[in-house]
Amino acid sequence: MKKIITLIITSFLSIILFSNVLFAETIKLGILEDETGNFAIAVIPKIHAYELAVKEINAKGGVLGKKLEIVRYDTQSDNTRFQEFARRLIEKDKVDVVFGAFSSASREAIRPIIDKAKMLYFYNNQYEGGVCDKNVFVTGAVPEQQFSTLVPWLMEKYGKNVYTIAADYNFGQISAEWVRQIVKENGGTMVGEEFIPLDVSQFSQTIQKIQAAKPDVLMTLMVGAKQASFYEQQAAAGLGIPMGTSVNVGQAYEHRRFAPPALENMYVTVNYIEEVHSVITSGEYHEKSKDFMARFKAEYPDEPYVNMEAANAYNAINIYALAVEKAGTTEKAKVIEALESGISFDGPSGVVSIDPKSHHGSHTIFLVEVGKGHKVSIPKVFKDVQPYWLGEAGCNLPEKADYSQYTPSKPPKS
Amino acid sequence: MIMLFNIVYQFGDALSFLLLSAIGLAVIFGMMKIINLAHGEFITVGAYGTVVSAKAFNLPLPIAMAFGVIITIIFGLILEKLIIRHLYGRPLDSVVATWGISLIVSQSFLVIFGPSLEGLQTPLGNFKLGDYSYSEYRIFLIFFAFILLGLLYILFMKTSFGTLARATIEKPEIASSMGVNISNVYSVTFAIGAGLAGITGALYAPTMTVVPSIGQAFIVSAFITVVTAGASPFIGLIPAASFLSAVQTSVTFYYKATIGIIALLFSVILIIRFLPKGFSGLITKEK
Repeated sequence: MKKIITLIITSFLSIILFSNVLFAETIKLGILEDETGNFAIAVIPKIHAYELAVKEINAKGGVLGKKLEIVRYDTQSDNTRFQEFARRLIEKDKVDVVFGAFSSASREAIRPIIDKAKMLYFYNNQYEGGVCDKNVFVTGAVPEQQFSTLVPWLMEKYGKNVYTIAADYNFGQISAEWVRQIVKENGGTMVGEEFIPLDVSQFSQTIQKIQAAKPDVLMTLMVGAKQASFYEQQAAAGLGIPMGTSVNVGQAYEHRRFAPPALENMYVTVNYIEEVHSVITSGEYHEKSKDFMARFKAEYPDEPYVNMEAANAYNAINIYALAVEKAGTTEKAKVIEALESGISFDGPSGVVSIDPKSHHGSHTIFLVEVGKGHKVSIPKVFKDVQPYWLGEAGCNLPEKADYSQYTPSKPPKS
Repeated sequence: MIMLFNIVYQFGDALSFLLLSAIGLAVIFGMMKIINLAHGEFITVGAYGTVVSAKAFNLPLPIAMAFGVIITIIFGLILEKLIIRHLYGRPLDSVVATWGISLIVSQSFLVIFGPSLEGLQTPLGNFKLGDYSYSEYRIFLIFFAFILLGLLYILFMKTSFGTLARATIEKPEIASSMGVNISNVYSVTFAIGAGLAGITGALYAPTMTVVPSIGQAFIVSAFITVVTAGASPFIGLIPAASFLSAVQTSVTFYYKATIGIIALLFSVILIIRFLPKGFSGLITKEK
C-alpha cells in the first residue's frame, strides 16, 4: 500500500516537474477580447487575427525556439470582466504579455492593473489617442492619423463649415476636441457641436439642428448600436450632408450591415479594411492585402468581414515576436527596450513602425468613401502617417517613464 | 412659417415616440397593474419578427410588420399562460419575474440571431421645406400613434369587451360571479398589450439598428409616460406625452440633448410629487 502511495506521489511530482519544463517551452500570450456582448461584432475578426498570427509564427518554428501559446478569456464587453481576467492572466496564468480591449473604457479599466504588475500590454484598436504609458504599446490608429488626414481633405472638397455630433463620453469628447483643433488649424469654422448620450436612439431634433446650422461637412463620432440608428434616420430625412468619421465601416462594417442609403456619402479613414485589394487593383497595397486575405480566409472561410482592428491585432503579435527575437528573452524590461529601439513589421497594409517616444505605430491610412449603394472606393492613400502628437507634446517614454493619458487641452507637463 | 412647422414636427416626433413606447405598457401596467419590465423585450420581439420575416420570406414591409405583431401576440399569450397569470395582484413579484423574462429573452436573441441584424430601409421618402428636409415616415408615425390610441380608447371605453375587461381587472370576484370568464379576459387583455408593444417594435424596426437590446431604448420613455398618465391611462396618455415631449423638445432645442433628458426626468419627478394621480387624475378630478 505504502509503495503504491509513493508511486502515485512520485508520478504526480514528475508530471508537475515535466509540465513545468513543458510550460517553459512556450511563450504565453494573454488575450482579453469581447467575444460576446455589445462589441463582439467588431472584435471577433480581431480574435481570429491573433490566432492566425500565432499559428503562422509557430509554423515557422516559434520565437527563440519556443512556441507561442494563447491564453484567452471572453471579457463580454464588460469592464469588470476585464479587470477580473487581467488579474487572472497576470497572477494565475503568469503570461508574458497581454493583448486586447476594444473600448477605451475597458482599456482604462485594466491599465492600472497592468502598470502595477509591470506587465507588457498591447492595445490594438483605433482610439482617441494620448496614452503615454511605459508598459503599453498601441498598434491601432490615433486622431492625428485619422483626423488630420480626413478633416482637411473633406474641408478642401466640400467646404470649411464643420458640424460635429459625438458620443457623450471620453472617446467622443476627446475626438471632438481633435476635430475642433484641426478645423481651426485649417482655417475652417465649427458651425455646431452636439454631444449625445449613449442612450439616445431618436435623432429628428439633432437632424434639424444640423440643417439649421448648414454645415458643409458633418463629423459623426457616434458609438454603440443605439447611436448607429442616426444613419438610417438621417438618410430617411434626406439630410444629404457629407459625413466623416473614424469609427464606422472600419470596425463594425456598417456599410455591409445597413441597407443603403443609410451610409451613403460617408468618408472614413482606416488603416485597413478587407476591400483594400479589390478597390486598389495593383501595387504594394493590393498585393499585401490580397495575400493577407487569402491566408485569413483559408483559416476562417466564414468570417463576415476582416476589419482594421484585425490587421492591428495581426501586426501586434508579429511586432511582439520580432521584439522578443531581438531582445533574446521574454523578460519584459528587455522586450520594451527592444520595442523602443524602433521595431517595424510589414503587415497587411504596409510597414508599421513603433515610435519609441510614444509607443504608438505608424500607419498607411486609406481614405474610404462609401458611395451609391454602399459601394466602397478609396480616393486617397496617405503613406506612412506618424503618430506624431504625443512625441511632440512631450511624451518621451525611453527617457521618462509615464503612465497617463493626455489630450490636446491637457498635454504632458514639460 | 417653416420655423413653426419645424417646432410642430419635432414636438410631434417626440410625442409619437413617447406614445408608441408607452401604448402596450398602458394596457399591461396602466390597466392590469403588472409592472412589466419585459415591455422592452415585447418591442424587441415585434422588431425581430418584422425584420427576420421581411428578409427570410422577402415580404413587403406592411405584411412583415403584421407578421411581427402576430408573433408578439403569440409570445404574449404563451407568457401569460405560463407565468404572468400566477402574478395578478402581486405587483412586486411581477417585477422580479418580468425582469427575469427580459434577461432571458434578450440573451436568447443574442444567441440565436447574433449581435446585430442587417437593417431594413425606412419606407416612404422625404420632402423639403426651405433649408430643412423631413422624413415622411416620421410624419406617418405621428398620425398612426394618434389613430392607434383612439382605437384603443374606443375598445376599452366603448365596447362591451372593454367593459368586461375593466370590470374584471377592477373587481375580479364580482365579475366572475356575474358569469364573466375572467381567465379569458385576462389572457386577451394581456395579449392586446403585448400586440401593441409588438406594433411599436414593428414600426420602429426600419428606423433603428436592430440589436437584441433594441427594446431597451423604449423602456424608460414607456414607464415615465404611463406613470405620469395616471390611473386611467387612455385618458391621461396624450396629455402626459404632450407635456413631456414639450419639455424635452424645447429644452433640447435651446440647450442640448443631455440637458433635455435631465429636464424630462426632472419634470416627471415634479408631476408625481404634485399630481400623484397623474394627468388622468387632473382630468377626471380625482384627488
